[in-house]
Amino acid sequence: MAYSDKVLDHYNNPRNVGSLDKKDPYVGTGMVGAPECGDVMKLQVKVDPATGVIEEAKFKTFGCGSAIASSSLATEWLKGKSVDEALAIKNTDIVNELALPPVKIHCSVLAEDAIKAAIADYKAKSGVRDDAAVSA
Amino acid sequence: MQTPIYLDNHATTPMDPRVLEAMLPYLGARFGNAASRNHSFGWEAEEAVEKAREQVASLIGANKKEIVFTSGATESNNLAIKGVAEMYAERGNHIITAATEHKAVLDTCKRLEKHGCKVTYLPLKPDGLIDLDQLREAITDKTILVTIMYANNEIGVIQPVREIGAICKERGVLFHTDATQAVGKVPVNVIKDNVDLLSLSGHKMYGPKGVGALYVRRKSPRVQLTAQIDGGGHERGMRSGTLNVPGIVGLGKACELCQQEMEAEGKRLGGLRDKLMNRLTSELDEVFVNGSLEHRLPNNLNISFAYVEGESLLMGIHDIAVSSGSACTSATLEPSYVLKALGKGDDLAHSSIRFGLGRFTTEEEVDYAAESIIRIVNKLRELSPLYELVKEGVDLTKIEWAAH
Repeated sequence: MAYSDKVLDHYNNPRNVGSLDKKDPYVGTGMVGAPECGDVMKLQVKVDPATGVIEEAKFKTFGCGSAIASSSLATEWLKGKSVDEALAIKNTDIVNELALPPVKIHCSVLAEDAIKAAIADYKAKSGVRDDAAVSA
Repeated sequence: MQTPIYLDNHATTPMDPRVLEAMLPYLGARFGNAASRNHSFGWEAEEAVEKAREQVASLIGANKKEIVFTSGATESNNLAIKGVAEMYAERGNHIITAATEHKAVLDTCKRLEKHGCKVTYLPLKPDGLIDLDQLREAITDKTILVTIMYANNEIGVIQPVREIGAICKERGVLFHTDATQAVGKVPVNVIKDNVDLLSLSGHKMYGPKGVGALYVRRKSPRVQLTAQIDGGGHERGMRSGTLNVPGIVGLGKACELCQQEMEAEGKRLGGLRDKLMNRLTSELDEVFVNGSLEHRLPNNLNISFAYVEGESLLMGIHDIAVSSGSACTSATLEPSYVLKALGKGDDLAHSSIRFGLGRFTTEEEVDYAAESIIRIVNKLRELSPLYELVKEGVDLTKIEWAAH
């Protein structure tokens, strides 16, 4: 199958690859998918506690080129957004931006799930962060 | 060296220039119908077909009268299995096959199940071979046919055909083998291998597409088939339709070349395959070869790069033509059923690559492929959350994944 130029660009030059410290109270981690399905995405955000803005986003993805591109794009979009703005990102936005074909829509769904999971993790941790006993 | 590099010779092979040369006259001035009995155009076509029949028969140790030309191995498999099921319906309705057969066999069996046949799908051992004891136990007094492939198209594993044939002979059951991947690559002999029906294809052995053959044993036992295509009664009534003379000439020439060169070619390709395998397994960790190495086509390597998804790997080696057991593009998202039948987890099936080396593969190409793959696997593992977890000492099987 032919990949769009944007998918190829993200595959060849993935943005924001890496990991943030899971134990950092301001870091939210989302890991979605399953190895036997051929897709696992790990997406992490670091939120500035003073402003509530996502200052850093990182990902690692096991999956096809479209899955890698979807998560790479997601990290690009997350940076600089507030937590609520991040939750407003829809999988269809990713489909449109990357021109994903129908068989690859599940990759964008997974990326949206990863964003939601990372934010939920951050919220859960930050809500109890005064306890200083949280861990990922 | 030119790119892209072709290492997908189980899918199809390029035509040998010598085959094309042999065919060309029959695409031009020698256009006769081999069934025309009244003029020289027909006679020269018939002569060419009979020469090719001899060349095909010779490669597999058969008599030329036992060769039926078809459009390819899919048709040969359909004719063999459906033809036997119909012809021997009064004797029984049970067929035995294996889970890793090609779809041309499996889907033919599934259709027969809808028409009242019973089919046993033998499981595979982890090395990809069938268990002969399970075969013996599966045969009943209703069994009319065992159909087991000679060599597998994904993992290149060669079944114990001779032993399977001997069991079938002893029990009075016909034995068909889909030898599409084996003929011309390894020695195949229908007498020694106790084979009653054998399918082969031109384009898997440097011949043209759209032509193949079915070997049908004529003596001890004399195998009868119900034709699946009706018409002018060509090919002793087993396969009607005007013969594809240029294709058949090409198939014959391809068989002749394989017979002459198979031994040396097999050694050369086995050496290149081993070089590729040794580089990949020594320079990368967590790499697994799928299927028996001992019972295997010399030109096949099927290997899983754990924690790297196959399709993304193929994307990174876009100038190397190989296949992946991952099916991320398919509607079902199901990975290779062959690897699953070997008991490989879906994760390793998703991470697999099939290499098929061929007559025109060079050492330089193999080196280039090895270097490219090592580079991309390392890059994708940098990206892989699974590889990271494993390196942290996490057991992936203990994680509760949210399957989607």
